[in-house]
Amino acid sequence: MADKANQKPKALLDAEFSDLYRAHVRDVYSYAYYRVGDHHDAEDLTEQTFLQAYRHFERAQRESEGRPLRPWLIRIAHNLAANLYRDRARKPATPIDEITTLVALHTTEQLVEGRDELSRVLEGVRQLPDDRREALIMRFALGMDNREIARALGRSDGATKVLIHRAIKQLEERVGHGGEGPTETDAQRTNSGAGSRSAAR
Amino acid sequence: MSEAVSHFESLLREALAPVEPPEGLVERLEDTLMSLTEMAADELEGWELTAMRDPRNWARPVAAVVVGGAAGTALVLLRARRRAQASPRTVSGARESAERAIRDLGRETRRLLGER
Repeated sequence: MADKANQKPKALLDAEFSDLYRAHVRDVYSYAYYRVGDHHDAEDLTEQTFLQAYRHFERAQRESEGRPLRPWLIRIAHNLAANLYRDRARKPATPIDEITTLVALHTTEQLVEGRDELSRVLEGVRQLPDDRREALIMRFALGMDNREIARALGRSDGATKVLIHRAIKQLEERVGHGGEGPTETDAQRTNSGAGSRSAAR
Repeated sequence: MSEAVSHFESLLREALAPVEPPEGLVERLEDTLMSLTEMAADELEGWELTAMRDPRNWARPVAAVVVGGAAGTALVLLRARRRAQASPRTVSGARESAERAIRDLGRETRRLLGER
């Protein structure tokens, strides 16, 4: 009874949820798109994320104690994406959509000057182990800081900082920046990463 | 070294540019959220029919009407704001958006009052 008395009016909750939705629909969609690799699945994932968020919004607000709810939203998307892969027992169906589709999202100038480079980076991101890939998506596509990423991934701030650092380093070596192929170190890391990825699945 | 790193990071930022959700998804999602609100209102309506005979329960449906109406309004505003963002930022555009928002509010209010 006392709990009921402490509950916010539904109208207020709905209005606050509308704000959350407006502020983060692009974040959730971007995360979903880079995570699952195609528009169709990204749409489903975004829809499911907000429906689940709507159901648990009041509790999340209570437990967040005023902290931003974006990491919570992204964590829902993260869990749903993991379920999606578990259900289908597969990696992203397409290599992050067609690279051409993705590159089409960028400006003409970038198309002319950096198409190959951007494609290589995207392909490199796709091949990273899941946790590193997700951390980079959160940092660079969503602009989340270490603390937010840590909350979304359920890790400590320190572990997240290390994760991002290693992800960038691995990707930089993989992309080769000077146009070289993967280094020996990179190949070793990739193999161990791939091993842990398949073990995780 | 740090320049190279920051160049690579800016490259990453470009490669992982945020992706705008398709318009169709946004509309579908807003419709779904609207129907969730309506579903709650329908459930309330069913509860009202059985509970209204007992005067001790009268306060609750009255509060529900206020709450349900305002919830619908919040979601209508959400849709109106999205339309406003999509249209060019001109004086006439702003006026049209405001008129549309008022029309939406009126329609939604009539619908909510009519349903109850």
